[in-house]
Amino acid sequence: MRRFFKVTLMAAATLASATSLSRAGDVEVLHWWTSGGEASALTVLKKDLETQGIGWQDMPVAGGGGTQAMTVLRARVTSGNAPTAVQMLGFDITDWAKEGALANLNDIASAEGWDAVVPEALQKFSKYDGQWVAAPVNVHSTNWVWANKALLEELGIAQPSTWDELVAAMEKVKAAGKTAVAHGGQPWQDATIFDAVAMSTGGPEFYKAAFVDLDPTALGSAQMKETFDRMSVIRSFVDDNFSGRDWNLASAMVINGDAAFQFMGDWAKGEFLNAGKKPGEDFLCFRFPGTQQQVTFNSDQFAMFKQGDAVSAEQAALAKAIMSPSFQSAFNVVKGSVPARVDVPDEAFDACGKQGMKDLAAASSSGNLFGSMAHGHANPASIKNAMYDVITAHFNGEYDSDTAVKEMVNAVSLAQ
Amino acid sequence: MATNATATVVRTGAGARFVIYTLLGLFCIYYLLPLYVMVVNSLKPLSEIQSGGMMALPKEWTVAPWASAWSTAQIGVAATGLKPYFLNSILMVVPAVAISTVLGALNGYVLTKWRFRGDTIVFGLLLFGCFIPFQMVLIPMARMLGLMGLAGTVPGLVFVHLVYGIGFSTLYFRNYYQQFPTELVRAAQIDGAGFFTIFLRIMLPSSGPIAVVCIIWQFTNIWNDFLFGASFSDFDSQPMTVALNNLVQSSTGVKEYNVHFAGAIMAALPTLLVYIVAGRYFVRGLMAGSVKG
Amino acid sequence: MTMTVQDRSRGGDWLRDALPKIVLSPSLVIVLVFVYGFIAFTFYLSFTDSRILPSFELVGWQNYSRLFQVRAWGIAIDNLLIFGSLYIVICCALGLALAILLDQKIRAEGFIRTIYLYPMALSFIVTGTAWKWFLDPGIGLQAVVRSWGWESFTFEWIKDSDMAIYTIVIAAVWQTSGFVMAMFLAGLRGIDNEVLKAAQIDGASNWALYRRIVIPQLRPAFMSAFVVLAHMAIKSYDLVIALTGGGPGTATELPATFMYSYTFTRNQMGIGAASATIMLMSIAAIMIPYIWSELREPK
Repeated sequence: MRRFFKVTLMAAATLASATSLSRAGDVEVLHWWTSGGEASALTVLKKDLETQGIGWQDMPVAGGGGTQAMTVLRARVTSGNAPTAVQMLGFDITDWAKEGALANLNDIASAEGWDAVVPEALQKFSKYDGQWVAAPVNVHSTNWVWANKALLEELGIAQPSTWDELVAAMEKVKAAGKTAVAHGGQPWQDATIFDAVAMSTGGPEFYKAAFVDLDPTALGSAQMKETFDRMSVIRSFVDDNFSGRDWNLASAMVINGDAAFQFMGDWAKGEFLNAGKKPGEDFLCFRFPGTQQQVTFNSDQFAMFKQGDAVSAEQAALAKAIMSPSFQSAFNVVKGSVPARVDVPDEAFDACGKQGMKDLAAASSSGNLFGSMAHGHANPASIKNAMYDVITAHFNGEYDSDTAVKEMVNAVSLAQ
Repeated sequence: MATNATATVVRTGAGARFVIYTLLGLFCIYYLLPLYVMVVNSLKPLSEIQSGGMMALPKEWTVAPWASAWSTAQIGVAATGLKPYFLNSILMVVPAVAISTVLGALNGYVLTKWRFRGDTIVFGLLLFGCFIPFQMVLIPMARMLGLMGLAGTVPGLVFVHLVYGIGFSTLYFRNYYQQFPTELVRAAQIDGAGFFTIFLRIMLPSSGPIAVVCIIWQFTNIWNDFLFGASFSDFDSQPMTVALNNLVQSSTGVKEYNVHFAGAIMAALPTLLVYIVAGRYFVRGLMAGSVKG
Repeated sequence: MTMTVQDRSRGGDWLRDALPKIVLSPSLVIVLVFVYGFIAFTFYLSFTDSRILPSFELVGWQNYSRLFQVRAWGIAIDNLLIFGSLYIVICCALGLALAILLDQKIRAEGFIRTIYLYPMALSFIVTGTAWKWFLDPGIGLQAVVRSWGWESFTFEWIKDSDMAIYTIVIAAVWQTSGFVMAMFLAGLRGIDNEVLKAAQIDGASNWALYRRIVIPQLRPAFMSAFVVLAHMAIKSYDLVIALTGGGPGTATELPATFMYSYTFTRNQMGIGAASATIMLMSIAAIMIPYIWSELREPK
């Protein structure tokens, strides 16, 4: 693999004059943030660079939570025309670093003191082989519950803090003729719930053994079966029309009071805020019952592709701008996530954001911060998708829990 | 050629005609429904879509979604609308269609009028190339474009579409020219006309119908392509489909369906226009060649 | 027997003899490299441990054995058989029926024809959302019919694992049946009316005319339609992604979506290449006999 890539790089180098590599002094950024809020947050970054005389060449490719962009990236790198900087998630960064494609950001990282302010669990992805290869923009945590406060009050439901309380609450909602769980039947959404249920059911050791270490015993354990059983319970509280629904339409169900809960990452907050709802007043945000101590995360990062031997001045400037506390704050307020550095003041954030930052810091220091399986931060894409297959098949009733456990062990071994 | 461009002589009674018109009308509804949904919803304010009733006519008509999709919708970091990408697509489609049509015509001419040993095998090879799944060629193609110095350029995109358009354009022209009387070509040759003179003076002037078929086919496929457009373009050469995808697929925030539909129709207008304008030549062109073995 | 000019060309000028081949050669070279070269490359990759980028470490048949252990691949093949056969049969039947109806001296024929034909002009990136809405029980056809008062009307195929693949057929037929109709219409217009008149004088019914005389003469149109439809069925990708994303679960996975997902989103390029190879071999198994029979046929 390495060889293929090196040959490509060499070919690119010899043809550098012919191909349209970015002009010196500009950065070409491949990303998938094309919605209004995200794009206006990126504009902050763009303006920052422009004041330093660096042009921003925009290369947006939306779709599939970045999968479309990753395909484009592969074509671009293979053709020897890699973008300057690329938005990436989790194991994609590691994979590209393994290919030797990413520039080493150590100089800028040590000058800016990144090691001290970025949580250990994130550094696992931002660094490869002791070298900083990516600048993290944010930390999304995925084990949130979003609830319609008025609906819960009307039905006399207190904020559930255990699985049993959650089930009781869902039953009450269902009995009242509303949808208990707003959910969209897409593999990644099914997996997002599964992620939280597994953490709640088996605890952090089980989570790590099953999803990070891929231990066959953990994958085939009774806890795994229990997790699948609980997924079946949740399935019974989802409306009939869930299949294929986009997550933001599921959020809308909670916002409009048609549904009580949504299990979704913190990006859902943006939908509530856009609809003019206030955290704590109109809607509640709390950790999935049984995971109050833990944070499962995913983190958007910008990796720099080698344009020569050393990091270019523009890349260094971009990395520095991404990591500046002011950008981290401004961006994450809009995005619903929390800053990737723990020393950013939380004044600009709302109640949910403040709690998210507090949770992150606490989880990070107590060793309870885990990369989310559902979002490609626990294991590589091949395994993640193999797990999706089983989770989704089970959620759609194609497997019972026993079969699902067996298939889980089997699918993971096939994907390795 | 005993072709006659008139309808059949089969006679039908009044009752049968009523049934025929009803059936044809019902199928018009089937074909028009999705377009109706798109058009109607592109002319509504978002609130009307959200409050349900995707089939209903707008209570309040508005062209704001169209204006937004064209010039102010968020495509990337800059809120440019689809406008700048339109030109990129045109720059890519026009040369790609022109070159692949001309090459197809030349190939068809050679394969039918200048036959040589093994020409059917050559044609078979070209034809089978139509069936290669595009997802498969992405990585090797990227590598080749890099080696040729065409990565991320408009000529690179044109080249890719040309490569995978040759099969069909050759098929159309070959089948068409096969029915063109070879005697005419031979007579011209005896009069001393050369290879290109015959092509330009004799073949081309009668190629109108099949050229229409070929151009429609190529234009539609190339204009609508997303995969190649996204993978082999640069920040300054992304075609319309990639921009439309960015508009429609944005992952967070309120989905402005009315703007999405307006953008979608806008992106489809050039192909629709081609079909409406050239549509009547289309059946004639098909009739003249490609469906006759 | 087709007479070609070359039979008459008297030797001598080398350039004049070679010119046709020179004109043809760029296309041939391009196709040899960019189609057959890439097929060979993919075939090679299917025996390597390629993950995120191509690798040249050979691993034997491992990718193939894994491919056939993956449940989604079996589903994808079954789906292609269901989808492909229904799609081709329905498109041909509907295309033929519409062409025959439209051939009855219809007023506004050109207008109707354009309506039937236009879906071909649109890509599924464009119409996918509209179809998804229309088929969605919550806001689409089901909701509309219920709002008209037929409360028990149910049309939930797109949400039903067993039926979702048929919604793909509905949308795909919508897109291409008009094109097939145009092909058959062109074929119908090419039929000699004298033969039909003679048969009419002999007292043949309309039904017999079509069954005995017209439809048999449309064989070339059927063949062309088959090539175009088979090529579309095999390449169907946008359609599935736009309509169902392969769901519910993996119920509407097709080989093209499977190959894309293994090559690009799952970083298992070796398995993706193996699936592409199998796909290509199946295409070849169907298309080569067809192309062969078409080409060797005397004119």
